[in-house]
Amino acid sequence: MRNIFRGFRAVFYKEVLHVRRDFATLFFSLIIPLLQMVVLGFGIDTNIRQINTVVYNADGRRESRELLDRLKNSDTFHFIRYVENDRDMNDAIISGRARVGIKIPVDYSDRLLHQMGAQVLVLIDGSDSSVAGQAINVTTAIGLDESLRRVLQNRDTFAVDMRPKLLFNPDSRSPNFFLPGLTAVLLLNVTTFLTAFSIVREKERGTLEQLFVTPVRPMGLLFGKLLPYLAIGFFELCMILAFMRFVFQVPIHGSVLLLAFLSLPYLFVSLSIGILVSSKANSQAEAIQLAFLTFLPSIFFSGYIFPRETMPTIFYVISYFIPASYYINITRGIILRGAGLTHLWLDGLVLFVMGSLLMVVAARRFQHKVIMA
Amino acid sequence: MPANPSSNGEVAIFAEHLVRRFGNFTAVDDVSFRVEKGEIFGFLGPNGSGKTTVIKMLTGLLPLSGGSAQVEGLDVRTDSESVREWIGYMSQNFSLYYDLTVAENLQFYGRIYSLEPVRLKRRIDEVVQLNGLGPYLNRLGAQLSGGWKQRLALGCAMLHEPKLLFLDEPTAGIDPVARRQLWDLLFELSGHGITFFVTTHYMDEAERCSHVAYIYFGKIIADGTPNSLRELPDVQPKGTLRVEITTPEVTRALRYARQISGIRSATIFGQSIHALIDDHFDLNELRGQLLKNGIAVAEIRPLAPSLEDVFVELTYKHQAQLEAARA
Repeated sequence: MRNIFRGFRAVFYKEVLHVRRDFATLFFSLIIPLLQMVVLGFGIDTNIRQINTVVYNADGRRESRELLDRLKNSDTFHFIRYVENDRDMNDAIISGRARVGIKIPVDYSDRLLHQMGAQVLVLIDGSDSSVAGQAINVTTAIGLDESLRRVLQNRDTFAVDMRPKLLFNPDSRSPNFFLPGLTAVLLLNVTTFLTAFSIVREKERGTLEQLFVTPVRPMGLLFGKLLPYLAIGFFELCMILAFMRFVFQVPIHGSVLLLAFLSLPYLFVSLSIGILVSSKANSQAEAIQLAFLTFLPSIFFSGYIFPRETMPTIFYVISYFIPASYYINITRGIILRGAGLTHLWLDGLVLFVMGSLLMVVAARRFQHKVIMA
Repeated sequence: MPANPSSNGEVAIFAEHLVRRFGNFTAVDDVSFRVEKGEIFGFLGPNGSGKTTVIKMLTGLLPLSGGSAQVEGLDVRTDSESVREWIGYMSQNFSLYYDLTVAENLQFYGRIYSLEPVRLKRRIDEVVQLNGLGPYLNRLGAQLSGGWKQRLALGCAMLHEPKLLFLDEPTAGIDPVARRQLWDLLFELSGHGITFFVTTHYMDEAERCSHVAYIYFGKIIADGTPNSLRELPDVQPKGTLRVEITTPEVTRALRYARQISGIRSATIFGQSIHALIDDHFDLNELRGQLLKNGIAVAEIRPLAPSLEDVFVELTYKHQAQLEAARA
C-alpha cells in the first residue's frame, strides 16, 4: 500500500517487450513524422527553380541566344526541349512535360539591330499558381534588365518587351489547381482502404480460410473482390468531378470521357495496392497503418501540394514511382489544359504497367502469405 | 501397414508418412492413418499438437513436407483442386459472414461451388430443414447464438453434398444441448455414407466416434476403435486391474494411495480415484490400508478404462520413451 508506483517496473518491462516485438509499428510511427518534416521543410521551397521549359527560337542568331542564356542562368528555367514550331511548343505544355514555353520571334535580332522594340512571347501553364507567378516575375525582370542594359548602352535603342501570357488558369484560382489533384488522393483513399479492409476483415473473421478450402481460385477471389470496389471508385470519381464542376466551378477543358477512361488504370493501381496491403496486414488497425504508408507519399511526392520540379532530387526521383504523379498529370491535363489522348497516353500506359506489376506481386504474395499461411 | 487404397474403394482418407516442417520445427512427424468411408473419425490431441496442421494438409491449404495423402482417392499434392469439390470444412470459429443473413450465407457458399439455381434451391431447403434453420433465414449471422452459428456453419459446409466433412472443434463454446443435437445430426448423416473427420477436446465426444486417433506433439500415439484402444497392453498391462475408489476425501486419499505398493498409478476423477492396481491385490486389503490411514471409503469397484485413461496412459508412456531416448 506504501508504494503508489507498485508494479511500475513489471509494466514498463512488458511494454518494452511489446515495442520490441512490434518493431514495425515503432519504425513507422517514428519515420512517418520525420518524413513529413523533411518533405515539408525541403518541399516548400518558395524559390521555385528549374521549371521545365520548352524553347522555340525562331530567330536563332546571337542576340536571341544571349537572351536564352540569361533566362537559363536565372536558374528559374530548365530547358528541356527546343522545338521548331508553335504546335510542338503548345503540345509540350498541354501534355504537362513543360510548364513554360518561350518563343523568340524570327525578327528578334533584326528588330534589335534596327533599334526597334523586340517582343518575346512567354507561355505559362497557370495550373500551378506559384510556378506561374515565379515564371512571370523572372521573365519580366530579365526583360526589363535586358532593356535597361541596351538603353544604357545606346540611348536610341528600344526595350526588349517580354510578353507573358498565362494559359489554362488565367485567374490563378487555387481550386482549379488543387481539386484535380485532390481527385487522385481521394480515389486512392477510397479504393486502397476499402479493398484492404474487405480482405483483412475476412482474415480476422476466418472466412478467408474457409474460402480457400472451396474450389474458389485465387484469381476468382481477387477479381471478385476488386470489381465492386472498382465500381465504387468510379462512382466516387463521377461525384468528385460533378462537385468540382458545379460547386467549385472549375471548368473542365478536355474530354470527361477520356478522363474516365484514363482513370481506370489508376483505380487498378490503387486496388492492387489495397491487396498488397491486405496480404501483409492481419488486422484492420494494421491495414490502416500500412495504407497510410502508401497514402502519404501520394500526397507529398506526387505534385499534389508541392510542384515536383521544386523538390530535392531524391524526392523528384521518388515522385516517378508514385502512381498519383501520373494521374495528377492526367487530371490537370484534361481538366485545366484540355489535353487529349495524344498528350497523355504515356501517363496512362505507365499507370497500367504499374497496376499490372503490382497486381502480379500482390496476387503472388496473396497466394504465398495468405493462402499458404 | 494399411493396404493400398486403390485396391479398396471404401477408403475416404489415406495418409502415409505425413511430415510438415515449419523451419526447424516439425509440426507433423511421420503421421500415417486411414479413414474408412462413413466413419466418424475423432482426431484428438492437446492444443498445438498438430491437429489443425493435419487438416490443412489434407484440405490442400498447406503443402506436405513429406509423405503422401489421398482424399476420396485423389492425391492432395497434385489434385487439391478436385479434392475441394468433395470435401466440406467447418473451422472452429464458424467462419460465417456476420453482416449477411442466414439465407445469404447459404446462397453464397452454394454459388461458390457453382450449384445451378434449381439444385441450389433444393439443397438450401434440405439443409435448412436438416439443421432447423427455418425460423432464422432472415436473421443476420451476427445475431445468432453460438449453437445456431454452428448449425449454419455446418449447413454451409455441407451444402454442396461433400463426401467428407472436416469439423475442427465443432462443439467448442456451444451449450450442452446444442452439442448433443450436433452429434445426433452427425450420426444421421454418417448413416447416409458421409465421412466425418472431427477434432475435439471432449472425451465424451471421442467415445462416440467409430474410430479415434490421438496425436501428441506431431506423432500419432494411438489409433483404433475406442474399444480396441481400451484393450491395448500399454493401457491395461497384464496382471493389472483398474478400479474406482469412491471416497469423500479424494485429495488425502490420493496422497496415501500413491504410497501403497500394490497401486501402480492413481488419478482423481471428480469424487473418486481411478487407480491401476496389481490384479492379485485384494480389494478388501486395499480398503483396509486406506481405513488405517483414517480415510473413509464408500466403494471400490473394477472399472473399464475410459478414453481419457487411455490417452493419459499413452502420453505418460510416450514421454517416458522420449526421456529414455534422450538419456
